[in-house]
Amino acid sequence: MDDLSQEELLRYSRHLVMPEVTLDGQRALKRARVLCVGTGGLGSPLALYLAAAGIGRLGLVEFDTVDASNIQRQVLYATGDIGRPKLEAARERLAGLNPHVDIVPHALRLSADNVMALLADYDIVVDGSDNFPTRYLVNDAAALAGKPLVHASVFRFEGQLSVFDARRGPCLRCLFPEPPPAALVPSCAEGGVMGMLPGIIGSMQALEVVKLVLGRGKPLIGRLLLFDGLGGEWRSLTVDKDPHCALCGPGASIDRPIAYTPDCAGAEAPAQVSAEEVAARLAADGSLQLVDVREPQEYAIAHIPGSVLIPLGELEGRLAELDPARPCILTCHRGGRSLRAHALLRLAGYRDLQVLAGGVEAWARRVDPSMPRY
Amino acid sequence: MLRVRFFARIREVVGESQLELPLSAETATLDALQASLGTRGEAWRGALTEANLVRAVNHQVVHGNTPLAEGDEVAFYPPVTGG
Repeated sequence: MDDLSQEELLRYSRHLVMPEVTLDGQRALKRARVLCVGTGGLGSPLALYLAAAGIGRLGLVEFDTVDASNIQRQVLYATGDIGRPKLEAARERLAGLNPHVDIVPHALRLSADNVMALLADYDIVVDGSDNFPTRYLVNDAAALAGKPLVHASVFRFEGQLSVFDARRGPCLRCLFPEPPPAALVPSCAEGGVMGMLPGIIGSMQALEVVKLVLGRGKPLIGRLLLFDGLGGEWRSLTVDKDPHCALCGPGASIDRPIAYTPDCAGAEAPAQVSAEEVAARLAADGSLQLVDVREPQEYAIAHIPGSVLIPLGELEGRLAELDPARPCILTCHRGGRSLRAHALLRLAGYRDLQVLAGGVEAWARRVDPSMPRY
Repeated sequence: MLRVRFFARIREVVGESQLELPLSAETATLDALQASLGTRGEAWRGALTEANLVRAVNHQVVHGNTPLAEGDEVAFYPPVTGG
């Protein structure tokens, strides 16, 4: 079954001639079953290189469709794929790249109920997701199942990666015992990311997978590798297992994957107002404070006249600029960050608070079509 | 002296990539250093009171508090989640 055809021998000849791979290693790659969680920025190079390398079964977890703003870094997709389900486009592309790979699409959102069963069919898990709830689910499940997890994340020009194998080293919870409050951590959509960063870091993840399968080299177990793209520097930190880790320490208390809710858990659902209503109220009510919590460079592309810019990350320190006695409407690009700003202002005691539904994007579509969209 | 380095979002929020600080009561331990950095202003307080920072001394991630010594390099990293 795992023997290689003539076509495969030619295809993998650059692998086969290396003493670290040989026929045996290539057969091991063909027997390997790898689950890739997310087929976005990190998942693109991961899936492409793992398929090209001849991983036998490649599972892909994704539920999103291709958006125009993905193409800048998610090189698995073409411009013509915009609007298609990512899994459909990915499967086509990967099958074209290497027909010897069994591509298994899993069109689902990972949950505490399905993650263990999903991992059962795979040997190695790779995290190419973009949010903490998924990262912790995958980490918990991999540690509990005793399977290695190749972890990575990126931010603007920086990236980090490690191999978490709780049998031999630390897990994600040894580094960060609990996920941080979502309000504090910007996503790629909010913080931005240079396209090459997930390219570089995702390719490194693929290399770690191959090293694990071949049993060659020094996997990044117990090491956190950090890349600063602007500085052109790599740093390597040593990470020991945390003896107090609730998942993989001797007194571990976590015995099943924990589901975290994405945003503002427990926060009161904010009142949303439409762009049209905001326009009418701005014209009529001079006391209304319209607060834009995006970044200055986004504000410079387009903003609603009369709005005040206070980036989400600075909001807590600039509360003095807002009058709690006056009504306040929060806006951002599409509505995500203003929800977090809402939760933060509620905690700070602000009561007359609303959120502009759909952010400046909705304003551009419904109030001022001449406003640039991004 | 201690060399203190900041990465990713922390560096952007505090506007510094590194500091050199003399060893003193305020920098005798990792917790004391972090607390004292947090008093440098609003941005510093916000960035350094985040619950989930990775703290490394001489390229080794530290779980819990630890004493600091002359010549140590201390680094603070925030959690990052983009993908």
